[in-house]
Amino acid sequence: MATSSNKQLLLLNISWWLIVSVIYAYILSQFIFSVNEIIVDTLVTCGLLGALSYLIINNMRYYIPQREKYWYIFFIGVGVSGICSVVSKFLFTFFLDDDAQYINQLNQTSGIRFGIGFLLVSCIAMMSLLWYNQEEQKLMNARKAEAEQLSKDAELFKLRQQLQPHFLFNSLNSISALTVSQPEKARHMINQLSEFLRGTLKKDEKQWNTLEEEMQYLELYLEIEKVRFGYRLQTDIRCDEAALQLQLPSMLLQPVVENAIKFGLYDTTGEVLIKVHAIKANNNLEISVENPFDPETAQPLKGTGFGLPSIQRRLFLLFARQDLLSTRKEDDHFITTILIPQSL
Amino acid sequence: MKVIIIDDEPLARSIVKEYLRNYSDIQILAECNDGFEGIKAINQYEPDLIFLDIQMPKINGFEMLELIEEPPVVIFTTAFDEYAIKAFESNAVDYLLKPFSKERFDKAIQKYIQQQKTTSAKTEAVLESAALSPVQQNRVVVKDGSKIKIIPVSQMQYLEAADDYVKIFTAEGSFLKKKTMSYFEQSLQPFHFVRVHRSYIVNTQLITRIDAYEKDSHLLLLNTGAKLPVSKAGYTRLKEVLGI
Repeated sequence: MATSSNKQLLLLNISWWLIVSVIYAYILSQFIFSVNEIIVDTLVTCGLLGALSYLIINNMRYYIPQREKYWYIFFIGVGVSGICSVVSKFLFTFFLDDDAQYINQLNQTSGIRFGIGFLLVSCIAMMSLLWYNQEEQKLMNARKAEAEQLSKDAELFKLRQQLQPHFLFNSLNSISALTVSQPEKARHMINQLSEFLRGTLKKDEKQWNTLEEEMQYLELYLEIEKVRFGYRLQTDIRCDEAALQLQLPSMLLQPVVENAIKFGLYDTTGEVLIKVHAIKANNNLEISVENPFDPETAQPLKGTGFGLPSIQRRLFLLFARQDLLSTRKEDDHFITTILIPQSL
Repeated sequence: MKVIIIDDEPLARSIVKEYLRNYSDIQILAECNDGFEGIKAINQYEPDLIFLDIQMPKINGFEMLELIEEPPVVIFTTAFDEYAIKAFESNAVDYLLKPFSKERFDKAIQKYIQQQKTTSAKTEAVLESAALSPVQQNRVVVKDGSKIKIIPVSQMQYLEAADDYVKIFTAEGSFLKKKTMSYFEQSLQPFHFVRVHRSYIVNTQLITRIDAYEKDSHLLLLNTGAKLPVSKAGYTRLKEVLGI
């Protein structure tokens, strides 16, 4: 990247001096110079300035003063232009020694020549300074973006992986109880729990999944919870045919349902019906999760539930939108709705 | 020996039952799904020992214990992590981290029997230490006649000392809770409550006016119309919290 941009810069330098040469030659032709004189003068002056600029640009590739860069440019301008004046004078006397009138005019215009040389060199030096600064900025931005992406990935991974230790230990406790009374069922639950845990531990896990796959995973989780809570936990899951193949972030749904179950089970004492309903709405996958709650005792502070902030955060990191998760209360039902925009 | 098992997960209860099968002198009087059933069963059967889960529907294990006049000896059975349990470790008869083994369970029973011989139940001490955190739930559970009422902290207007109790004033009336003023002073601090007087703790968000009253004392007016005295020390604390 650096070398290709450097080539571009050198190309710019060459074009710059070619254009300058043409203009320079044109200006000289306005005076009474011979073709020979014009060619020699143009080639010597512009060639020298161009060659020195090339050196400066190459040099700037490795070193740009951080402070006082404008003084740096000024001195480069003065220095290069001064060297050019001296060297070109020498060259002209060498090539056009017999042309007394030319030498005379040369001496008269040496001030102007120095000034023009200074302006032109300063211009190209300034241009390359800005060019390099911009390159550096680009690299820095790329690095910053990369760092941000990395931390975002890490955070997403962490959010995806959040496993409730409570859930794990209580499930193990249930298995422990089943081993004596119903060994077959205990083994079944161990298998389910293993499969569930494998899902949460997969490191190179896909970021996205179809609703159908996520639903299978959710079923696994719900079956474990049903063993734990027995008759108290009932579920009603409905997915529209059209929604099954839609995409959603993996492991997003399960924590939402877990949240609903906790809210429902710990806020009421009777049977708890958890409804999960997925539909395709416009170009969104819309999933609503409903749980009962007690409007009299539910905490106003906990209005959005226990674990929803992390879901909100995940959706924000993925879609840069804050409006994808919403909650509402209908009588004694608490409904959490998530929208997953499709076609990314 | 009479015991009651209180846990909202049927399988969790069955494992305790199974482990108790070997103890011929232990009699399981009831199994309860939640704290409400637990209170009823404890009042009815007066057990010697209860096995109590912490996270349960509506009211948790600590809150349930707070509502019982003379709580029985408790062995907690919970999936709480070790860190959370440290808070009451020193005072509890024992606690069993789920899932627990038969050996561990037997040890807890042994410990209980040992303690019965030497000291009487320490459940109240357990509550005092454990209870330093229940307002973490942002609520206080009280008894209202035969009913149980859950008061969110945000609905508490002010608290008044009443002998061994604290009277909690809300829009729906006042409720008694067997706790100390200093307990509430400490636990309600994060919710902008200030102890303005030896006998009063106030929800600072409801204050509309503070008037000078007599020498060194002030009078505080709440938007509910209630007037409360402010002591000199209370006024200093109040100024600090309100930033005046």
